[in-house]
Amino acid sequence: MTDAMQAGIAIELAGVSVTYAGATSPVLKDVDLTIEEGELVLVVGRTGSGKSTLLGALNGLVPHFTGGELSGSVRVHGRNTRDHRPRDLADLVGVVGQDPLAGFVTDTVEEELAYGMEQLGLAPAVMRKRVEETLDLLGIADLRNAPLTELSGGQQQRVAIGAVLAAHPRVLVLDEPTSALDPTGAEEVLAAITRLVHDVAITVVIAEHRVERVLAYADRLVHVVDGRVESGLPAEVMVSSTIAPPVVELARWAGWSPLPMSVRDGWRAAAPLRAQLVEEAAQQPSRHPGDGFETGRAGLPQPAADAAALTARKLSVRHGDLVAVREVGLAVRAGEITALMGRNGSGKSSLLWALQGSGTRATGTVEIGGADPRDLAPGLRRTRIGLVPQTPSDLLYLPTVAGECAQADRESGLGPGSCRQLLDRIVPGVADDLHPRDLSEGQRLGLVLAIQLTADPQVLLLDEPTRGLDYQAKSALSAVLHALADRGRAILLSTHDVEFVAEASDRVLVMADGEFVADGPTAEVLTASPAFAPQVAKVLGHGLLTVADAAARFGDQA
Amino acid sequence: MTSLSQLPRALHPLAWWGWAIGLAVAASMTGNPILLGLIVVVVWLVVVARRTDSPWARAFRLYAVLGVVIVLVRLVLHVLVGLKWGTIEVLALPRVALPHWAAGINLLGTVYLEGWLAAAVQGLQLAVLILAIGGANALANPKRLLRALPHALHEVGTAVVVSVSVAPQLAESVQRVLRARLLRGDVGRGLRAVPRVALPVLQDTLDRSLLLAAAMESRGYGARNSDATAAGRRLVTGSLTLAGLLVLAFGMYDLLDPTRSLSWLGAPLVVLGLALTVAGMALGGREIRVTTYRRDPWRLPETLTVLAGLAAAAGMVISKQATPDLLWLPLQPLAAPGLPIAATIGILLAALPAFVTPPPAATGRPRNRTPR
Repeated sequence: MTDAMQAGIAIELAGVSVTYAGATSPVLKDVDLTIEEGELVLVVGRTGSGKSTLLGALNGLVPHFTGGELSGSVRVHGRNTRDHRPRDLADLVGVVGQDPLAGFVTDTVEEELAYGMEQLGLAPAVMRKRVEETLDLLGIADLRNAPLTELSGGQQQRVAIGAVLAAHPRVLVLDEPTSALDPTGAEEVLAAITRLVHDVAITVVIAEHRVERVLAYADRLVHVVDGRVESGLPAEVMVSSTIAPPVVELARWAGWSPLPMSVRDGWRAAAPLRAQLVEEAAQQPSRHPGDGFETGRAGLPQPAADAAALTARKLSVRHGDLVAVREVGLAVRAGEITALMGRNGSGKSSLLWALQGSGTRATGTVEIGGADPRDLAPGLRRTRIGLVPQTPSDLLYLPTVAGECAQADRESGLGPGSCRQLLDRIVPGVADDLHPRDLSEGQRLGLVLAIQLTADPQVLLLDEPTRGLDYQAKSALSAVLHALADRGRAILLSTHDVEFVAEASDRVLVMADGEFVADGPTAEVLTASPAFAPQVAKVLGHGLLTVADAAARFGDQA
Repeated sequence: MTSLSQLPRALHPLAWWGWAIGLAVAASMTGNPILLGLIVVVVWLVVVARRTDSPWARAFRLYAVLGVVIVLVRLVLHVLVGLKWGTIEVLALPRVALPHWAAGINLLGTVYLEGWLAAAVQGLQLAVLILAIGGANALANPKRLLRALPHALHEVGTAVVVSVSVAPQLAESVQRVLRARLLRGDVGRGLRAVPRVALPVLQDTLDRSLLLAAAMESRGYGARNSDATAAGRRLVTGSLTLAGLLVLAFGMYDLLDPTRSLSWLGAPLVVLGLALTVAGMALGGREIRVTTYRRDPWRLPETLTVLAGLAAAAGMVISKQATPDLLWLPLQPLAAPGLPIAATIGILLAALPAFVTPPPAATGRPRNRTPR
């Protein structure tokens, strides 16, 4: 291949197949893909479809670091990953992972930005200049001396991106950079990325679960299904994609063509539907969601004592001199799914742990069925109120799924098979002899959920259950929660995912700085501010939150 | 006096270590409580004047607590099993008779002031030594110290940095898993609980290590200047360093062992060994292309700081030649300790860094701290 032919081509995969050691079938099958310089390429696919392997292959981490066998060839700006290890490609390809903290080598922002350049052997004067440029480019100049561990998630991820960018790579690979962030943090990071694409003309390859956030900016879409890769213009690939954001789902349902990639496009395409809604509203002026819900004032819900499965009064949590939760009152009703939203560090996890009784509590009372869970023995406590923590795998310690299930049965004093039955209902088809670590995120969450549900608690708390789940897994989780609510269980879950909240919850609480700032029915809270509004609400308005809502409202007219 | 400028900046970490080692050497040479007390005051003064609000600086308090504990333990141990001697009775305790195979140990027994004071001074000496090292640790970021290492030791330095940062993560992991066990109603303690905590924690740690290793690899860690002679040069580097260390070891053995007759060979061997090692490291360092961002400068305040530490040690050496008795607390008969002039001046000089060094730069911190 001559240099002239290579001009303009950043990455070229030819006949690439990857098989990991001990696996019977390849993760990637015969992939041909060419990415041009300056493109923003969005990689989508279900969990376990081979997305991460594809991204890892771009800088040689697959197979140099992960092991396994790669056939075919991967060339980055003419360099073949067969002859170049990841460290030899560091000047060409920058990689940012999901968890920024896990990849930090030093301990302050400035040193972290310089680390990659030090490894490349750049002159101190050049490094100094580039660190300053990068600090400005990502808007983190005021954090230069800050310890990395004290930054917020969005700041950490921007530092991680900056640390890679400072070395001036020509390709930036981002593997789900926003999956661990709250909506604001994610916006910060995505804004930084799009700015880079426009200003620096760097090639960006990005994998993202919450496609709705990036789709509008993508030049090209790479769709990975079972190790096979399909690439093309976003609007073309989205027609048949297994992963689609709500605005695309809505367009598919309404039969719009071409498919809208952003809320802006969707808004224009939805004009006839909205006109119809306005007409209907004029005929039935009183029709509005919210009937049947009492909307307590922010921070001061007035719980009806008989309906409440859990009542908390004046609950406070403090960590040292930091007040995480400040004298909040809360009633969670039986048969209702309540979502707890708010930015990272607003006190959501502290509140859930304090409600469950295993976490610390500074003041206040919690009541479930006439008893305070804190005063109960942990074994009895979990039969009243269960909690699925943010890292579900913390609960798992046995080598097989069957072992974990049997242990859960013993802990709950039930006959063998109870937990297994629950697991089959939540995520069917998990083999008994699998190691819990080998499960997908969704399956692992399902297993922990089954273990906690074995005790059949009246109240179930979930701390960010949607982390790392794809659209299908989220729908499955939503169905499980609805079934539980229908059986009269009260559910309180914390999440950043507005689309999931729109689909799953009846009521939304918004926390900020340890206090509730909003409390009300989902439709009301979510549509009150653009930051929380789901895509369908932005496109259609009128209290419609999901594609299912729209389908129900319009029937088959569309 | 431009080079003594008081613009806030971090002093070179090696300067603080040089200063602290000087004071530690001084402390190790004396058993005079006044001199030891002076060293404590000097270390404290400098640390308070020049420390930052970083986590390692906050650890100075721990060193102080450790020092107090050492003195107390030494006092208690003396009462329990120490060899009691002296004339002034302090505490009349019955002596426990031990079987003849443990004849050397005095369990309890009457405690005399002289013996007890001697034990206290021993404890104090160790405590002051530890406090001096703690002072260096509080003043100099240990990680920046590693950055000052020669290039050939760069990879060792990185390994140390990584392992240091693993410890708090491990603690956090243990805490999280312990809390999660409560959710399963599992309050079992003892041996059976170990795998339930250890397995998730180990898996967590392993995952994080792999992620970190992958991140370092992708950012170019360990890449070398590639040329055809690399393999040959590596062989030369290895042989030079190994030979240098061997020669150095022989030389030191010869120097330090007074019974050897060949002691004239010691010094030249040490010099040769050092030269070979340095040459090997320099050659090895050339192969690594790593550069250092914002290398700490070495200016007049750094030199003064090291000299101040050396002054404490030198004063002690002079006093040891001139008035060796004054360096120890007179116990037989018991008397007030004296004040050797050279040692005192030396220790007081060691307080100079509190005034001649630039104040530390303020650390910028984000306003919104996320709690764990």
